Amino acid sequence: MNKNLVYFDYAATCPVDPRVAAKMQDCLLIDGTFGNPASRSHEFGWKADEAVEKARLHVANLVKADSREIVWTSGATESDNLAIKGAARFYKDRGNHIITSKIEHKAVLDPCRQLEREGFEVTYLDPDENGVITLENIQKHVKETTILLSIMHINNELGAVNDIEKIGKYTRENNIIFHVDAAQSTGKLPINLSQLDVDLMSFSGHKTYAPKGIGALYVRRKPRVRLEALIHGGGHERGFRAGTLPTHQIVGMGEAYRIAAEEMEQDNKKIAKLAEIFWKEVSGIEEIYLNGSFKNKVPNITNISFAYIEGESLIMALKDVAVSSGSACTSASLEPSYVLRALGRADELAHSSIRFSFGRFTTEKEVKMVAETTKKVVHQLRELSPLWDMYKDGVDLEKVEWVTH
Amino acid sequence: MYSRKVIQKFEETLNNPSAHNVGRMDANAKNVGTGMVGAPACGDVMRLQIEVDDQNIITDCKFKTYGCGSAIASSQQMIEMLIGKTLEEAKNIKDREIADLLELPSIKVHCSVLAEDSIKKAIADYESKKA
Repeated sequence: MNKNLVYFDYAATCPVDPRVAAKMQDCLLIDGTFGNPASRSHEFGWKADEAVEKARLHVANLVKADSREIVWTSGATESDNLAIKGAARFYKDRGNHIITSKIEHKAVLDPCRQLEREGFEVTYLDPDENGVITLENIQKHVKETTILLSIMHINNELGAVNDIEKIGKYTRENNIIFHVDAAQSTGKLPINLSQLDVDLMSFSGHKTYAPKGIGALYVRRKPRVRLEALIHGGGHERGFRAGTLPTHQIVGMGEAYRIAAEEMEQDNKKIAKLAEIFWKEVSGIEEIYLNGSFKNKVPNITNISFAYIEGESLIMALKDVAVSSGSACTSASLEPSYVLRALGRADELAHSSIRFSFGRFTTEKEVKMVAETTKKVVHQLRELSPLWDMYKDGVDLEKVEWVTH
Repeated sequence: MYSRKVIQKFEETLNNPSAHNVGRMDANAKNVGTGMVGAPACGDVMRLQIEVDDQNIITDCKFKTYGCGSAIASSQQMIEMLIGKTLEEAKNIKDREIADLLELPSIKVHCSVLAEDSIKKAIADYESKKA
């Protein structure tokens, strides 16, 4: 591993906080809390169950929920699947229409596609130019048969924040189940489920300094939301999700969420300051565009399009910086970001977007170094770009007849 | 995803563009042929210019490329193959040769196809000026 490599991809995943790793280590070996939490006949089981319930309290506490409303899953992808497929299938007698947006994570879009194959009808809403899904837009598409709305809290590519409070009031009044993918939210924005009219909410461990492979789904008790389970066998988690609970993973997520509740404010203050320094440094570059809006986004994600250079070459030129173009799940394909496409960005801007995401361990020195490197390589790549020449010559790229292949 | 050859060519070009034929020639000059292929929508645009002497030998080339690292490396590889060749020899350069030399994975083969297309277009432009 290159020692000089700087990690600016916290929105893809975070390193585990050392305090979390320490707690997890206590749950693995023979002298630790390794037992099966479902074992009722001995102390190993009781201890493990205790640890799992303590972790559940920590998770519930961060989002102001009742711990009985937290269901452990393998991650936000499974939570999204359980919420969307589970609710749609359970409430199918009420109607068959689901609303979501075009810029949801694939963990929401793909279950929706699956439900379409099962006979459900899905409406995919367009975001506004800043990546926000407005209530007005949702209202326009609701019909008699709408049973479920699934909208993310914070967009993973842009950091754009949706007003889930306002949307929840509307869905509650209209008897529509409201699912929120909050994978990017925990530790970034306060969430108060005792006040919000959200029925189902997905959480990820590893976006909040817990390990990968653990997540949770919030399932509201009052008014009660019901789901058809996806995984059967053993009746764990009150029948919502069978499978032996991974004590060490759960304890890790609990500790990570406990730390988040305690340190969110100071973390975010620091990250907001770093983001400000970063933007101040890079915004002097000609022809760059912030994707999203400062007015309505979390500071840990800064998504920029660098006009007239292609994103993959920019990532390659930023060789000591770990960033991504779009989300990690799609960066293996040659397609430009579907999120930026949905914002209505021109192709060349969608092809040139980079997401810089900061986290708890990011330093000011790193931010300044990366800003400097970005300025340098953007200049270098534009020297190589025929589009930059054309722009400088005053050619309107929209009017050129391109020879496609 | 990238072979060492691609990374090496990309970095050489990036760090020392003038020594690696990055630039442009006067597109209106009689002895210059220009070929531009690709589209911003596809994520790559390649512009190749060749300078040809009266023996039909390519004496110099300039290029600029908007695209991924493989597209830029393919442009560089193409330039190395072109200089000193006659037009007839240049017409026979195949995308496969470029792809093999750079060990391009199949997902990146379109970069070498783009290079071959730009050679054909640059030669056609030069020949149309002569005609």
